[in-house]
Amino acid sequence: MFGYTFQWNQALARLPKMLDGAVVTMEVAVLSMLIGIAFAILLTLLRLSGSRPLRAIATGWVEIARNTPALFQIYMAHFGVASFGIHFSPFISLLIGITFNNAGYLAENFRGALKAIPDTQTRAGRSLGMSQLQAFRYIILPQMLRISFLPMTNQMVWAVLMTSLGVTVGMNSDLYGVTQDLNALTFRTFELFAIAGVIFYIITKAITLSARLIAARLFRY
Amino acid sequence: MIEIQNVHKSFGQLEVLKGIDLTVEKGEVVTVIGGSGSGKSTLLTCINGLEPIDSGKILVDGVEVHAKSTNLNKLRQKIGIVFQQWNAFPHLNVLENVTLAPRKVLGMGKAEAEAIAEKQLKHVGLGDKLSTYPSRLSGGQQQRMAIARALAMSPDYMLFDEVTSALDPQLVGEVLETLKMLAEEGMTMICVTHEMAFARDVSNRVAYFHKGIMAEIGAPEQIFGDPQHPETKKFLASVR
Repeated sequence: MFGYTFQWNQALARLPKMLDGAVVTMEVAVLSMLIGIAFAILLTLLRLSGSRPLRAIATGWVEIARNTPALFQIYMAHFGVASFGIHFSPFISLLIGITFNNAGYLAENFRGALKAIPDTQTRAGRSLGMSQLQAFRYIILPQMLRISFLPMTNQMVWAVLMTSLGVTVGMNSDLYGVTQDLNALTFRTFELFAIAGVIFYIITKAITLSARLIAARLFRY
Repeated sequence: MIEIQNVHKSFGQLEVLKGIDLTVEKGEVVTVIGGSGSGKSTLLTCINGLEPIDSGKILVDGVEVHAKSTNLNKLRQKIGIVFQQWNAFPHLNVLENVTLAPRKVLGMGKAEAEAIAEKQLKHVGLGDKLSTYPSRLSGGQQQRMAIARALAMSPDYMLFDEVTSALDPQLVGEVLETLKMLAEEGMTMICVTHEMAFARDVSNRVAYFHKGIMAEIGAPEQIFGDPQHPETKKFLASVR
């Protein structure tokens, strides 16, 4: 165990490639969050709707997203759908898998946030002549997003970390995929993955800190 | 004109309105008094269609509120309502609270909506609080903001549902002053209230509700000076 000779130079020489990978990781995470939030809002509305089938679809989504491994969700988005002749690139499959997961968790957060907003807020909007949708859009939604801002930050961190599962569907352009490929080339396993770990840590820390700054700016009330 | 014709309304087993008839003319101020659970607040939420009714009719300027063909969003633009709980929108500052509906419902431009909102906010004495968030306002100020918010839609009618009941006693006066001012300006108003002095001062007519029926209605001098219905007598004796 102690016979291992560290060769940090070899690993550090690959840092630029790893940073390129980190950019792809961020791309996947940010896109999966943006699309995930949009779907989570849709799921929230569906779960409030009067239609039983629509509610069932939304509940099914949330149940699967929250009660199966993220790896399963990404796998299904790649190899699962491939069984039906649908072929996505690893990037798209990873994006779909993480987005699906994000939307499910966020929809559950949104549901909790909605419970914290009194019904009378909608009523006040309706009494000013707003439609149900307008009242949701302009009165409920902003408050809901504020209440769920911290859970959303958590989910963003998860999204970054979940990108590492992309290697299982052949993703090799993100941070984890790049690191794995470099490892196969150089066998500097410990050094490379340690650097990758530090980069992951820095990214997620940066997200948490900037979220705090954004919250301070955005939520002045 | 608001015409309420034989309106019945139940919540489950409980019948809260048992055949109400009331006509409010343009420019008239009618206050509704009565004990809790007498149906007075329910009546207001029925008038602007927030609550459905079981039978009877409510007509606002000849339009039947609960007819299927009635566009309620449109109708509500001319019926302002202010609730006991003022329901300030906490994520918007005072000015934005008031401009939201004119902009999104009436499609007004920002400048126009802000001009109207500023005028209404000055009107209710909040001209210096435009960029303040509701959490920084007292209950009385929030309630006055809610009144300005309703007025910014230029309603023809205003409904006030116990707007001072949730306020600290020292804040009641400022809100009642605002209501009085509106009454003097000729706004058509229906006020559900527990403030007897206010009812006596500003109303053209006072209605006494008891257990879902309108037991008595008349000029304030008559209702307070010479109540006819035994329940009115009992009620007034108990609140004095």
